[in-house]
Amino acid sequence: MAETTTIQRALNRALDDSLAADERTLVFGEDVGKLGGVFRVTDGLNAKYGDERVFDTTLAESGIMGMAVGLAMAGWRPVPEIQFDGFSYPAIDQIVNQVARMHYRSRGAFGMPITLRLPSFGGIRAPEHHGESMEALFAHVPGLKVVAPSNPADAYTLLRQSIEDPDPVIFMEPKSRYWHKVTVEDAEWDERLPVGASRIVRAGRHVTLVAWGAMVSRCLQAAELGGEDGVEIEVLDLRWLKPIDVAGLTASVARTRRAVVVHEAPLTAGLGAEVSTLITENFFGELRAPVQRVAGWDVPYPSPVLEDEYLPSIDRILEAVQKTLEYKRG
Amino acid sequence: MTVTSPDREAPSAPDAAETALLRRLYRTMVTVRRLDLDGVAMQRQGIVPGYAPMRGQEAAQVGSAAALDLERDFAFPTYRELGVAVTMGIDPVAYLASHQGAWHGGMWDASAARLAPINAVVGGAVTHAVGWALGAKLDRSGGVAVAYFGDGASSQGDIHEAMNTAGVSQLPVVFFCQNNGWAISVPSERQVAGGSVAARAAGYGMPGVRIDGNDVLEVHRATTAALERARTGGGPTVIEAMTYRSGPHSTSDDPGRYRTLDEEQAWLTRDPLTLCEQRLRETGAVGDDFFVEVSDTANALTDRVRADVAALGSRPGAEMFDFVFADPPAALLGQKRAWEESRHG
Repeated sequence: MAETTTIQRALNRALDDSLAADERTLVFGEDVGKLGGVFRVTDGLNAKYGDERVFDTTLAESGIMGMAVGLAMAGWRPVPEIQFDGFSYPAIDQIVNQVARMHYRSRGAFGMPITLRLPSFGGIRAPEHHGESMEALFAHVPGLKVVAPSNPADAYTLLRQSIEDPDPVIFMEPKSRYWHKVTVEDAEWDERLPVGASRIVRAGRHVTLVAWGAMVSRCLQAAELGGEDGVEIEVLDLRWLKPIDVAGLTASVARTRRAVVVHEAPLTAGLGAEVSTLITENFFGELRAPVQRVAGWDVPYPSPVLEDEYLPSIDRILEAVQKTLEYKRG
Repeated sequence: MTVTSPDREAPSAPDAAETALLRRLYRTMVTVRRLDLDGVAMQRQGIVPGYAPMRGQEAAQVGSAAALDLERDFAFPTYRELGVAVTMGIDPVAYLASHQGAWHGGMWDASAARLAPINAVVGGAVTHAVGWALGAKLDRSGGVAVAYFGDGASSQGDIHEAMNTAGVSQLPVVFFCQNNGWAISVPSERQVAGGSVAARAAGYGMPGVRIDGNDVLEVHRATTAALERARTGGGPTVIEAMTYRSGPHSTSDDPGRYRTLDEEQAWLTRDPLTLCEQRLRETGAVGDDFFVEVSDTANALTDRVRADVAALGSRPGAEMFDFVFADPPAALLGQKRAWEESRHG
């Protein structure tokens, strides 16, 4: 059997099943109770599990993450939500200095099985601080795992895995894809890959596009157009941004020998640099062209009218692909 | 809010039970004083690279920690809580291992001991106390979280977020502020608008009490009352224990640059150990032999601790990697192997 669903519904289902599976799991954040969250990802959960399991917090992001640390120390499994990516900046101290380090500081006495749900990335014509891509910042912090799903089935399995994981996970939800309808086969809900695994979402032999979150669907569109011109583009959905699937990356690039990394975050010191380096470290001799990066510009995330000028476009992606195809070694 | 002046009339003579408690508290305070002085000495002699002395704050720390129910409660320290740790039964060597350099958070089992690791972000752990208290409330365990912080930390936004949330949800937390007069070089009047951390409690809908933090019995009574209120569903309390950091902020600090010797000497007349000894002698039930024995025992312990701290040495480098994750990714395990190979070449 198959059903048509969205990332938003799949996340709701994952939270529902996680709450049902483990009575120590708690869902909390700003407006996640009666309202069901501003994106309705927690819709109905407060009514089903009550005020002790699914509850609203005060409007205090640092306090939310500090509360998560204390709850974890008391043996609970916290799943906090911070309403928008940019509002996790006020909580950075707790995330970096406390969430990521309490297991370390306590020499393992306290597990930190915290999953921070963070509606992330741009593309929804929103106010300032509602379109940030913070994966490089989080991936740089020892003690954190970082993940970003691109489709409903992955959103479900990755959120279940993140919540079950004994370590803190920053779960970046591609908010521009929340409501995109996709048909999911029954078997897909149970199809778990190991933590850290990437997935080839389109096979091709000429070049590998590496992306995550909302950029995966854009890369698939680019690959479709490339196919019309006879260029067979492989699309690798990285999924886990820490740990990065080095084996999956290198297996793909071993076939295509060309790679382009695409992300919404600003170019400089973005995760594309890490991906590019991992490929180059492993395949320098066999690469037919330097790894290309297509990213946001090094500017604050722009206002809605300029959003499309900022985000990697299909044209920019295809131009980078063309560059790898035309590259001649000197 | 209740305000108790440090200059109030002497309290009535303690009864037998109180005298027994006072003896116990005095013994712990003397132990802590000797260990604390030796922490500074060990730094001067190169045994530990740095130390944050708590001399002058023994009554605030020992009196409050002695009120905890170690079966149910949980305490969250900052980095000047030797007295809390010793009172809670933690091996001073495990505490001082932080200063010796073995491990930042200290070497005790923080879960079993019910004292969180040393936390150097002032105010940061106060939000943890709120989360822990929520967990205790959901577990209906009757446990109370005690958050230690100072007048300097009271400027932090996290303190506001923590107190507000605890007030809104009526969580079992005791916010225990040691107002020791100084946040490194900045006096509390340049730190605390309105002059009182306890007075802020009213804005959060909870009781706030300012007490004489150098009177160990008063600290113990106030903490016991706040714990009992929290335990029975009465919600959080702010306790502001007025005390004085008699020593420097740390062994690399120089208080001569920002405060006067006169001020330090004035506070010495209110030394918590001297006050406690006076109270015990006034009972007539405690003689010289007790004070001699307490002193000898504390000195012997301090000698043992010094020897054990000096013998701590280094840690296995693998620990750098082993505690980062409960389930470490392959990339980190790869770095651990690279580190091992770099050593054995």
